[in-house]
Amino acid sequence: MMETAHFLLDGVAVPFAEGQTILEAARAAGRYIPHLCWHPDFPPHGSCKLCIVAVGGRHLSACATPAVDGAVVASDVPEINAERRALLQMLFVEGNHFCPSCEKSGLCQLQALASELGMTTPRFNHFYPDRPVDASHPDVLLDFNRCIYCELCVRASRDQDGKSVFALTNRGIHKHLVVNAESGRLGDTDFAADDVAAGICPVGVILRKRVGFAVPIGSRTYDTRPISAVSMDREEP
Amino acid sequence: MSGEAKLKVATVSLAGCFGCHMSLLDMDERIIELLEHVEFERSPLTDIKRVGRCDIGLIEGGVCNAENVQVLREFRRCCHTLVALGACAVNGGLPAQRNHLDVGQCLQAVYLSRQGLAGGRVPDDPELPLPLDKVHPVHEVVRIDYFLPGCPPSGELIFTFLSDLIRGRSPRLGHPALRYD
Repeated sequence: MMETAHFLLDGVAVPFAEGQTILEAARAAGRYIPHLCWHPDFPPHGSCKLCIVAVGGRHLSACATPAVDGAVVASDVPEINAERRALLQMLFVEGNHFCPSCEKSGLCQLQALASELGMTTPRFNHFYPDRPVDASHPDVLLDFNRCIYCELCVRASRDQDGKSVFALTNRGIHKHLVVNAESGRLGDTDFAADDVAAGICPVGVILRKRVGFAVPIGSRTYDTRPISAVSMDREEP
Repeated sequence: MSGEAKLKVATVSLAGCFGCHMSLLDMDERIIELLEHVEFERSPLTDIKRVGRCDIGLIEGGVCNAENVQVLREFRRCCHTLVALGACAVNGGLPAQRNHLDVGQCLQAVYLSRQGLAGGRVPDDPELPLPLDKVHPVHEVVRIDYFLPGCPPSGELIFTFLSDLIRGRSPRLGHPALRYD
């Protein structure tokens, strides 16, 4: 009889099926690997690098690396978590992440991960970007200053809603989110508040109007439970 | 006379709202317990104006003007351990939301062109510190040893944090104590 294929995640055996990635197999086994751009309903994107793990000395994205029998994978270890904190710090300084004035506070995956991984300082110098918000849509507000370029809205709008409302434009440090309309305004698209893309933003870019403080700060999803626990239930906050 | 020498703590509010200082007081009677181990040096609580040699310095608020820079550097020179206390010290916070505006235009909008304001002028008294063109978190100006985020961090968290420091332990923060709002 053949033994089930498995790899070692932080010293614990994790079984996997052929074709599963490290992140998928770990998740199926109830083990959390931090991530921002990965979502169970979409193919791996591999852009945020928060799911970085060490496999035989190489640092790889767990969401995009197929599980291999006998592999030794390190995830929840000081060295890897320090790299994750550095990635979070870069995301924080590249945008305007002022949690006290953000209505997504307590529902934001970037914030929740930073809290769980013990990020106390943004460490680097802030960019303080100045991208005008788009309030043109009757039901949804866009604050582009908080985008982390995970492309979940781009993918959800294109692949699930069939609308292709969002896109990322430019490269490198100039990369930013745009709305696919002649005017560049969300109000001039067929975007709707019940689109999948409207509820998928892990941070505070896509905000439904008039419900921002329906649940008070302090009683929100990540206020009470860490993202490592919440993420195992579902993806959207 | 108590056996151990008390640690000296200095505190200041730079570009902040004094909310973190209110939170410090919000530890209620535990401040008496704290005072068995520390004495406050320069602080809004003591009204001492100049900072001397201190063990711990707590900085509330970011850096928005020339005086903030000077005071922050003085704290760094005088304090063995410097702590950024609260959201504004950590990332600029609310005051930093003026960073995408031109400071000259801000002053003009407030003092010259505001509706209902006749004959106004931009204050230029030499005693007024000059505003910086941007508001900065304190770590962009001096080296900071510890960061305690939160708007404000709770009195309980500040108490735990200081208790750790006083006992020579490195404060460790994680979920759910570590908050940014």
